[in-house]
Amino acid sequence: MAGYNLKEVMNKPERLSPGHRMCAGCGATIGVRAVLRALHEGDEAVIGNATGCLEVSSYMYPYTAWEDSYIHNAFENAGATLSGVETAYKALKKRGKLKDDTNYKFITFGGDGGTYDIGFQSLSGAMERGHDMVYVCYDNGAYMNTGIQRSSATPQFADTTTTPVGSVSNGKLQPRKDLASIIAEHNVPYVAQTTFTRDFKDIHVKSEKAIYTEGACFLNILAPCPRGWRYETAEIMKICQLAIDTCYWPLFEVENGNWRLTYEPKKKLPIEDFLKEQGRFKHLFKPGNEELIVQFQNEVDRRWEDLLYRCNR
Amino acid sequence: MSVKDRMSGNEAVAYAIRQIDPDVMPAFPITPSTEIPQMVSNYIANGMMNTEFIPVESEHSSMSATIGAEAAGARSLTATSSCGLALMWEELLVAASNRMPCVLALVNRTLSGPININCDHSDSMGARDTGWIQIYAENNQEAYDNMIQAFPIAEDKRVHLPVMICQDGFITSHAVQNIELNEDSEVKEFVGEYEPEEFLLNKGNPVAFGPYAVSNYSMEAKKAQEKAMEDSKEVIISTARKYKERFGRGFELFEEYRTNDADYIMIIMGSAAGTAKQAVDDLRKKGIKAGVLKLRVFRPFPSEEIANALKNCKCVAVMDRTESYNGNGGPLSSEVRAALFEYKIYPEVVCYTYGLSGRDFTVENVYEIFDELSGVSEGNIDIKQHRYINLRTKEEA
Repeated sequence: MAGYNLKEVMNKPERLSPGHRMCAGCGATIGVRAVLRALHEGDEAVIGNATGCLEVSSYMYPYTAWEDSYIHNAFENAGATLSGVETAYKALKKRGKLKDDTNYKFITFGGDGGTYDIGFQSLSGAMERGHDMVYVCYDNGAYMNTGIQRSSATPQFADTTTTPVGSVSNGKLQPRKDLASIIAEHNVPYVAQTTFTRDFKDIHVKSEKAIYTEGACFLNILAPCPRGWRYETAEIMKICQLAIDTCYWPLFEVENGNWRLTYEPKKKLPIEDFLKEQGRFKHLFKPGNEELIVQFQNEVDRRWEDLLYRCNR
Repeated sequence: MSVKDRMSGNEAVAYAIRQIDPDVMPAFPITPSTEIPQMVSNYIANGMMNTEFIPVESEHSSMSATIGAEAAGARSLTATSSCGLALMWEELLVAASNRMPCVLALVNRTLSGPININCDHSDSMGARDTGWIQIYAENNQEAYDNMIQAFPIAEDKRVHLPVMICQDGFITSHAVQNIELNEDSEVKEFVGEYEPEEFLLNKGNPVAFGPYAVSNYSMEAKKAQEKAMEDSKEVIISTARKYKERFGRGFELFEEYRTNDADYIMIIMGSAAGTAKQAVDDLRKKGIKAGVLKLRVFRPFPSEEIANALKNCKCVAVMDRTESYNGNGGPLSSEVRAALFEYKIYPEVVCYTYGLSGRDFTVENVYEIFDELSGVSEGNIDIKQHRYINLRTKEEA
């Protein structure tokens, strides 16, 4: 985006204040702050939140870290709950019950558990009905809040507490579900997949588009979890860069049905580079498991080719 | 001025919803309440009301969206039955604990299985401890009148709790009866404007709903909720009085039908109360001192009032249209016996289960029950405390 200025953007007042109880280095809060920085000054927001780490750590009675109005309802219904809030806004505005100058935006956050799995129906319903809202998934690839159980966002072969690596197990059997594509097939006006890049431009631009595009929009953010992925907290930016440079997590957007790559690595790196940084894949590097890495690479390649095709490349 | 008409119970409730004209109504169809969202959608499609309808993809989402809308500051309601209510069970608790004054029009239907679409009270009775006020109707007129009282009760500052307005599936929801309808303007005036104090869209005063609360705080929240339920009794009574003053039809926590001098009293809820009253009239002609206590408000449960109403009778039949699977009878039986014990009033009590999954309940069944009650009180027969009415025998199968 022309005029993007990292320093300016980073100096905007925080809408998620410090003092919450999320882990140091948690990807979810980095993602939330990045999304909320895309709100224009003077615009109000109502924030929704599925049950998960973010909810239990940011609004613990009697303290809230949220500067905006906020609603947590349950685990599986962040989509439906914000549907109700957004419809109430329409209804009250129509009846002249709100101050005329009030411009509200509706943004809800859910982890991959609350979004890919238990909240999938509610999300799909909200997207299909076209409520003017943004659903943001902070995807850390497992149910981290309950202690690192597998989800449908968990990558193949990851060691989780319900797909533990053992003498006859190599971790999760299935590759991850591609949720951004599934939501794109709802024919909503804007869907994007993003993560944290050095200048935070990709996530900022996509968040702004999602928030200011009328209708139901969806953002999928790769938000690493140092506890679940088992890497040193300070390595988060490196991990994200490897995720996009290996094409494990391609950056793309789908605007009114047009698929577009927003980043193409100059040199596509082998998947080992991403895997070897993380304890959850340690077993893949044991002698005799070379075939598993080949399998992983083949799946990444297949999906990357598929995405290139969709993007007319 | 009231208007005389003929309507089914679903029509009557939809008509009341049009008159209330709430801000938001999310709903998902399920027999036998489907007609309510259908009729509301029709009213909206023809410009007869301003409500925003959300055609959600499940009942869990209908209650979730109702909560979202209510939290945002909009007067909100939904309708459902049976499995729909069961699916939203988690959300019923969230609505009540967040002190959302929303409303649910329930058309009572049995819960699976076997899957069956007919009436019993297993759905609402399963939700009796979710923190909702529950008001039951005997007929279409009461379903209509209760619906109009729902928001004034829910939104009262002493209450701030959700209200469930219950009527019997098919028996009242689909049967057409004569009904008196209020003028639109009078209903609007009675229900009034919703003026929430704290809501999401209150610019300049952001608010957060749905916290995590540790043990240091959570128990007090639940006690405050319980206190509101206790206090709601007075509000339900005063709302009914105001309703009577304006519209002429009066209600109490329960109706006492020929109970003043009664030796035998049947406690019953919903449409079957009409059957019981007819039988009592017949029995009175034969000199049998029978009466009916028709319970209107199940939550909050009027323990003291019920115990007092039973203090002069010899024998009581408690009628449950649901099974508790506890080996001792249904939920109404448990509540009534606890109330009698609490206030040290000890008539003979027999608990009956009737009308499950739409099984007929007739005046003849009521005669039989009163006959048993007189036998029990005179010591002629000794029957099991928990009995089923109108159950087929093996030979009949």
